[in-house]
Amino acid sequence: MNFFSSLATVSFYGVLVGVLATAIITVTTRNLFHAAIFLAFTLLGVALIYFFLHAEFLAGVQILLYVGAIMTLVIFAIMLTAKIGDPSIPQSNRQRLPALIGLIVLGFFLIPAILKMPWKTTADFQTTNAVQLGKALMGEFVFPFEVISLVLLVALIGAIVVSRSDQ
Amino acid sequence: MNTIDQVFVLAKRALITWAQSFLPEWSTILLSILISVTAIAVFGPVTMMYLTLLERKLVGRIQNRYGPNRVGFWGLLQPIADGVKMLTKEDIVPMNADKFAHFLAPIVIVIPALLIFSVVPFGRGMIAVDLSIGILFFLALSSTTTIWIFVAAWASRNKFSLLGGMRSVAQMISYEIPMVLSIVPVLLVVGSFSTVSIVEAQSGWNWFVFTPWGVVGFLIFFLTGVAEVNRTPFDLPEGESEIVAGFHTEYSGMKFALFYMAEFMNTFSISAIVATMYLGGWQGPWLPSWVWFFIKTYALIFVMMWFRGTFPRLRVDQLMGFAWKFLLPLALVNLLVAGIWIHLSAPKNNIVSLIILIGIFNLLYWANRPEMPKKRTYRYAYADE
Repeated sequence: MNFFSSLATVSFYGVLVGVLATAIITVTTRNLFHAAIFLAFTLLGVALIYFFLHAEFLAGVQILLYVGAIMTLVIFAIMLTAKIGDPSIPQSNRQRLPALIGLIVLGFFLIPAILKMPWKTTADFQTTNAVQLGKALMGEFVFPFEVISLVLLVALIGAIVVSRSDQ
Repeated sequence: MNTIDQVFVLAKRALITWAQSFLPEWSTILLSILISVTAIAVFGPVTMMYLTLLERKLVGRIQNRYGPNRVGFWGLLQPIADGVKMLTKEDIVPMNADKFAHFLAPIVIVIPALLIFSVVPFGRGMIAVDLSIGILFFLALSSTTTIWIFVAAWASRNKFSLLGGMRSVAQMISYEIPMVLSIVPVLLVVGSFSTVSIVEAQSGWNWFVFTPWGVVGFLIFFLTGVAEVNRTPFDLPEGESEIVAGFHTEYSGMKFALFYMAEFMNTFSISAIVATMYLGGWQGPWLPSWVWFFIKTYALIFVMMWFRGTFPRLRVDQLMGFAWKFLLPLALVNLLVAGIWIHLSAPKNNIVSLIILIGIFNLLYWANRPEMPKKRTYRYAYADE
């Protein structure tokens, strides 16, 4: 069994390296279309990490929503703005300093929050299944759930209003 | 009887026992994985090869001709001849194509098509991995196919390819929603994503297709499945009489063969999953479990090919209207009906849900009736009256 646990560890780190590598290619490649393809690979890699962590439901939903739906929309958006897909256009602009400041401010809040969070790694958390998730969403977390559905509804109506052709 | 039923499982076990005599103990699990993987990796392409032959034969018969009958008995060697032709064909890449994406798309598109086979229960105990998220795994993988079709279309730098890709994305996004919603009633009744538990919940003659919500769910799932694998009458992304060959216009040789392979393997796996979800999977009397599974799956594949021989292609607005105005509301109501069916007791639930479904079907049919323009009367055309 020792052989398999080491194999699992090695492949887990392999997936991590793969995710980081594709993520770096995503932000450095000059061809926006290739960046989108590598973003798809990055998101697939994240789904693989969820699989390794025994969060299968989350992994399935990650692939279904991010790779299946959101990436399709991203690629569609790139296609509709045909000129951006041209590799000769530089991908970065001259707003590096504001971006850096924004990043530092975000990190200033996010990193301590992650470090302070008491991550529970007890056994009862490792068997998250869809039934428990559904009960939690409809019971304990019903308010944020309803708020999110309302936000999505507003976005949906907004999209219809924006895209409606003028009479 | 039991031996025939379990013949593949027993064969695998015998192979492992034989290998254990000279291999170290830790390799047993690896070997077990390897056998399942090899079986699927061989089964997928072979199924695809003979599905092409079956399709050509069937469509040939529908069109009152023989179909391929020159290579081998009944044309049985035709797929191999086609394979040799595909492999030896020149690989043409358009000059302005995005070479990287053009190369990547046909390769990656086969991977989800093959991976789906791993959660298909081919018979009692005949499943590669009984994932706890089985059906979600299928949905997730089949949704990734869209990207690669679109990448192929974009990378070709061809107007017809791009048109096919756009149609494909629009179609997939629209049909994904009723497809997922048509599966949810089964999950509601079974209470598990695992394909094995879904089949086991339909033991005896309790196939889900025999319940009122099951008929509707089965029809929605099957039709959206046909749309997801781009088969007639939903084959707009590759409509050969409109846009040459759609997204694979600029592909030749082995790359084209890979697209073809992904499409046919998806045809098989969608039929297998429909059979698993609603037709009881490998459940059935007298015959071995895997025979039942293949009978049901091939019956559905036959229906798909029958569609191809019968129906003309839909128009884009008809395609979208069918998904958004008919299938989606029906799937949502079906979800509610399944809830009512579970809540009520045995004879009452069937009657109530049947009444609701017939009512809503008629309502949707009425709401979707085509608007006939009124017959024009030309008041001034008949001057002599």
